[in-house]
Amino acid sequence: MDYVRAFIVGGIICIIVQILMEKTKLMPGRIMVILVTTGIILGAFGIYEPLVKFAGAGATVPLTGFGNVLWKGMKTAIDNEGFMGLFKGGFTSCAVGVSSALVFGYIASLVFQPKMKG
Amino acid sequence: MVNDVEKRNDSYNRYVKQVTPKASCVYNCFKAFIVGGAICVLGQIITNVLKANGLGTEEAGNYTTIILVFLSALLTGLNIYQRITAWGGAGGLVPITGFANSVAAPAIEFEKEGKVFGVGCRIFSIAGPVILYGIFFSFIAGFLYWFTSVAW
Repeated sequence: MDYVRAFIVGGIICIIVQILMEKTKLMPGRIMVILVTTGIILGAFGIYEPLVKFAGAGATVPLTGFGNVLWKGMKTAIDNEGFMGLFKGGFTSCAVGVSSALVFGYIASLVFQPKMKG
Repeated sequence: MVNDVEKRNDSYNRYVKQVTPKASCVYNCFKAFIVGGAICVLGQIITNVLKANGLGTEEAGNYTTIILVFLSALLTGLNIYQRITAWGGAGGLVPITGFANSVAAPAIEFEKEGKVFGVGCRIFSIAGPVILYGIFFSFIAGFLYWFTSVAW
């Protein structure tokens, strides 16, 4: 059952973004910035966490979930360290996603040759 | 004169509309739904397997991210992820695998321009804005939270 919920919620988020792309012709970079920012805002208002409870990976795998993780890490850091947490929470919480993308991306650039387009 | 220009623009716009391939929005949304949903299910499968092997919720989530990012970098190198995005549109873009693809693809493409200004700079061409605004807006949200609840 959790697979069905993950599929439907993750799929619906993708549909919303697809419609946004068709209507506005926004480039992928802007879309990703919008998704992460939206996730932070929804997380801060306490809307995203119930969605994660309901949909599991359907809510955590999309980049909105990445934004929610940023917010959660920020909140935890502030709760533990006060003002200094503002400067630690962001990078701490996105460390896993960003580090893995950079490390594996860099290794990929060493291993693979660029393919000709077309 | 003005009328002429308007008429020309109008007929040109109609011509552009006519020759632009009509990929229906509904069909594209369906494809995005399938691809995006499938990637999320893959994430759920990985999480469930990790949890069944005794990992906690947060740890399992982190490893799921790492595995998905690894798979995406691999498929990007093999030129497969590009095809997933070409077919699935937002379905390939929205998941964390789309983010990993946007890191790995320019890294591979600009490797020839050097390790520092080729890979080093271009690897951040999309990740950079995402990290900047992610950090900035979480800082703003965090500041409001700190100001309203912790500082008093």
